[in-house]
Amino acid sequence: MSDDPMALSLWRRRLVLTWLLAPALLWLLLLIVMPHSDLAVLALRRRVAPHVYEPSLLQFKTFFTEPLYWHVFVRTAIMSALATALTLLIAFPAAWIITKVARGRAGSLLFVVCLIPFWVSETVRALGWLILLRETGVLPALLVKLGITDMPVEMLYHDATILVGLVYTSLLFMVVPLVNSLESLDNALIEAAYNLGAGGASILRHIVIPHAAPGITAGCIIVFMLTLGNYLTPTLLGGKNSQWFTELIYTQFIVRFNWEQGAAFGFLLLGLSTAMVAVGLRLSGQRFVDVMRRT
Amino acid sequence: MISTLPRPVWLRTATALYVAAFLVFLFLPLTTVAVFAFNNAPYPAPPWRGFTLDWFVGNAGNGRLGLFHDTELLGSIVTSLIVACWVTLLSVIIGTANSFLMERWEFPGKQALSVLMLVPLVIPGVILGISILALSSRIAELADSLFGWDLDFLRPGLPLVVAGQFSYVATITTLMISARLKRFDRTLEEAALNLGASHAAVLRTITFPYLRPALIGSAAIAFLMSFENFNTTLILVGNDAPLTVTMYGRMREGASPVLNAVSLFLMLASAALALSLLRGSKRAS
Repeated sequence: MSDDPMALSLWRRRLVLTWLLAPALLWLLLLIVMPHSDLAVLALRRRVAPHVYEPSLLQFKTFFTEPLYWHVFVRTAIMSALATALTLLIAFPAAWIITKVARGRAGSLLFVVCLIPFWVSETVRALGWLILLRETGVLPALLVKLGITDMPVEMLYHDATILVGLVYTSLLFMVVPLVNSLESLDNALIEAAYNLGAGGASILRHIVIPHAAPGITAGCIIVFMLTLGNYLTPTLLGGKNSQWFTELIYTQFIVRFNWEQGAAFGFLLLGLSTAMVAVGLRLSGQRFVDVMRRT
Repeated sequence: MISTLPRPVWLRTATALYVAAFLVFLFLPLTTVAVFAFNNAPYPAPPWRGFTLDWFVGNAGNGRLGLFHDTELLGSIVTSLIVACWVTLLSVIIGTANSFLMERWEFPGKQALSVLMLVPLVIPGVILGISILALSSRIAELADSLFGWDLDFLRPGLPLVVAGQFSYVATITTLMISARLKRFDRTLEEAALNLGASHAAVLRTITFPYLRPALIGSAAIAFLMSFENFNTTLILVGNDAPLTVTMYGRMREGASPVLNAVSLFLMLASAALALSLLRGSKRAS
């Protein structure tokens, strides 16, 4: 022991380990584990009298019996899935051009340019779409000027508007893992397939997609999670009739002070998010830790 | 098709068009925001009515309150900066401790702890917010009813905002600093120790200088994440709203070009931060 220069005496090792463990445990216990346990208690109880509670599944029953609640839930899930698919469709060609088509510095330049908008706050990006799309905005005015429409049309407050905003916000989180996975694809494989007579579609299906699968899954998982939990973009770009599930949670918690119901909604959202992550991991046969490290 | 293979003309054209459309999509919202900060009209909307700096410096003549006189917005920028500094400081310190813990030490339950450390990234921000709000309010009420203590920092306000943002930013700094510490060649430390340096001296003169780029990089990312955070902040905010929450409130009332002015400053600040980071990482590598 004593001739190993890296060795500290046993009690000093214990001391150092304790001092390193303490902050990690405080952080995770005080801010993650205990708050979520408390949230679980809130979600699973019911007030029977002032300061008297009993275990109950009432909040979850309310969710399933009140059509508004589960409609919003399902809508949020479907819209998030759609936004994820669209983001993949838009980001894939971009990632392909960055890694395989552009020559020399053009590729890395294009990549950096892709990242720039995401350094700017989401609030600013939403403001941009607001100014572009609303009835008195830039694009409706442009359409009138070009003679495509007679009157300015309201382009805000549609589901499509929310999708545009969500895709815009998510692009970075798809482009980065895609570029990382496509970069490691050897060009010689594609050239060989091409020389052997394979067409573009066949190369894509048999070589590119299998190779990029980990990146595609990682990107999809992150984008789905972020869209599901988004609040700003759907509330600003969507109309009164297109609520997002996070808005319901906010309303129950902050506006109506019904913490039990809000907590139950929170767990439903967390459950959906976790389930989709699990499905994505299962489909691609990856481990959670690897996916998180990849991005 | 890749660049070394023959590409038909239609494919080249399509690629060029795609890149052009993609860039327009990326930059159209941001340029619009920037341009309308200078429009001489009460709303950020076309038509263009001429260039003005009213939305920055104000104009008593037509009652326009420029950004530089808008105390609410300026105050919320200061609030955001204070919160971001705290979050950065805390999450870089804890992130560094975590990296040493996970890269250098073996202890029972390490695997479970490493998974738990990633969990904050998959919890939606709104849920992080409500869970911390629920627990802290419960503790505050308990302290009040048992001991009559008034624990103000557990009520919605800046301490909780810092805690909420820190809870997930710490994961990011941990990942970034760990990644660099993992590549560190430990024989350098051994050599120094063999030559008689103390552990503290080795940390100060060898390990931390090596970690410096990761520490600076993770600090910048932590600062940005905190400054731009909205979801968690919205739930935990008290009376002093950070910039994102103030801007959101104003946007719901109907945007005024002052918001464009403040957005322009945000864009410039982000660009400066991104460029200096990029330059710094090039020098380091």
